[in-house]
Amino acid sequence: MSIVNVENVIEASYFLAAVLFIFGLKRMSSPVTARGGIVWAGAGMVVATLVTFLNPNMGNYPLMMAAIGIGGILAWVSGKRVAMTDMPQMIALYNGMGGGAAAAISAVELFSGTDHGLTFSVLAVLGGLIGSVSFSGSLIAFAKLQGLMKKTFRFPGQQFFNIILLVATLGLAGYIVTQHSDINIIVIFFALALLLGVTMTLPIGGADMPVVISLYNALTGLAVAFEGFVLENAAMIIAGTVVGAAGSLLTQLMAKAMNRSLANVLFSGFGDTVGEASAVEGSMKPIEATDVGVMMAFADKVLIVPGYGMAVAQAQHKVWELTQLLRKRGVDVKFAIHPVAGRMPGHMNVLLAEAGVPYDIIYDQDEINSEFATADVALIIGANDVVNPVARTDPASPIYGMPILNADYAKNVIVIKRGQGAGFSGIENALFFLDHTRMLYGDGQEMASELIQAVKTL
Amino acid sequence: MIDGFIALYIFMLAGFVGYEIIGRVPAILHTPLMSGSNFVHGIVLVGAMVALGRAETTLEVTIGFIGVVLGAGNAVGGYVVTERMLEMFKSSKEKKS
Repeated sequence: MSIVNVENVIEASYFLAAVLFIFGLKRMSSPVTARGGIVWAGAGMVVATLVTFLNPNMGNYPLMMAAIGIGGILAWVSGKRVAMTDMPQMIALYNGMGGGAAAAISAVELFSGTDHGLTFSVLAVLGGLIGSVSFSGSLIAFAKLQGLMKKTFRFPGQQFFNIILLVATLGLAGYIVTQHSDINIIVIFFALALLLGVTMTLPIGGADMPVVISLYNALTGLAVAFEGFVLENAAMIIAGTVVGAAGSLLTQLMAKAMNRSLANVLFSGFGDTVGEASAVEGSMKPIEATDVGVMMAFADKVLIVPGYGMAVAQAQHKVWELTQLLRKRGVDVKFAIHPVAGRMPGHMNVLLAEAGVPYDIIYDQDEINSEFATADVALIIGANDVVNPVARTDPASPIYGMPILNADYAKNVIVIKRGQGAGFSGIENALFFLDHTRMLYGDGQEMASELIQAVKTL
Repeated sequence: MIDGFIALYIFMLAGFVGYEIIGRVPAILHTPLMSGSNFVHGIVLVGAMVALGRAETTLEVTIGFIGVVLGAGNAVGGYVVTERMLEMFKSSKEKKS
């Protein structure tokens, strides 16, 4: 009877882990409780992992410990070291590892030839396919965002090739399910699935990568759930499915914030195309930091619009220092965040939080957009396309219809920018040419320092 | 254990839970939440451990071993980066009190 007891302990622990995951994720959905949320989910993971060692009919314990040690330590060290600006690609990497692990489970089950019945064989093979695609696709996404792979790789008929590849992989999957085929077929199946992940991800441009990472995150969740069915592991089914559903919704929200459909992201490749530069009338008018300092110090309300360029210049600490100075003088300073500021939705909030900016002076687009009309100064630092008014006015523009921050409604617009080039999308920004816009040319961090000096000397 | 339809019910209900949890999340938490859900599917580590534990041939053991390394990487890495991000979220009121 002792075996029954062990099994009960295991099942109860998995149940507890599933509960902790769900409540942990729930707490993560509010900034006040978020920190506790990840700790809850972490406790669930520890419980689930420890109790798995009690599983009867298992061997290879030394190898298991070694593998956990290797994977855990590598991930721990890399996770502690990664800079906040590089967070998106790190998430892609860890996500890919999860997909790979799901594929590995599928492979072991298929190689061992255990007969699970038709339904479970189908799920095992599908989980293997999805996990493999997520694995190789996430690695490509990582390489692209990390700058290891600069070029987008396309060849004529690529979409057609991908469809053929998908059909071939599914065909092999069907063959494996029905025929219980030999090792070679299974190996070819996984090779094709991995190749599919690579060729699917290669043509997608860097700007769209966050959406793709989010999609692969959802796919990994689904693969984990499928393998959970195969192993009859309720914790895996629940956690995998919750992530699959949550990830799908997050992917949709991100695509919507970028005014793109998911199909558009996956199959078009706007991410690095250069839009037809519609001629913009007028000229860019430069300004000195000292003048901007005066303008802001005597303003009632200043809205700061940060973009990824600010984070690259590591200017967020200086910007926060400037904000504190202005607030001490009684200026109402708020941060206006576009949904896709930074590299993915919410990334800018993380970067600002790193600099110590409290989240209650950081506002979403919907909350802040009506306030630009009453702002004396809109300070744009490192942002471009997300404040381009042509998204509202020019139906011919590739970004037409994208929700933007209405910075052009502010009484004065100051843009801190390195040079005169166009933005990430290659589209000319009409905001820079407006009569009440002034350009402050220079590195984000240096300019922020100069602004601090200018305000201090007043 | 878990038979077909029970599994289907679990799948459906868990799907709703995932959808509802994310539904009303402010955009400022999207990145940490994606990272957090990335951590949660690190539960794949448990499955990989079972797969390795049952593996017999050299091929199975090798793949199972790789699976556990990857699964552990997913779980640990996902936790570390999520925790680092969430740790930084502070309210201006917290400091004063």
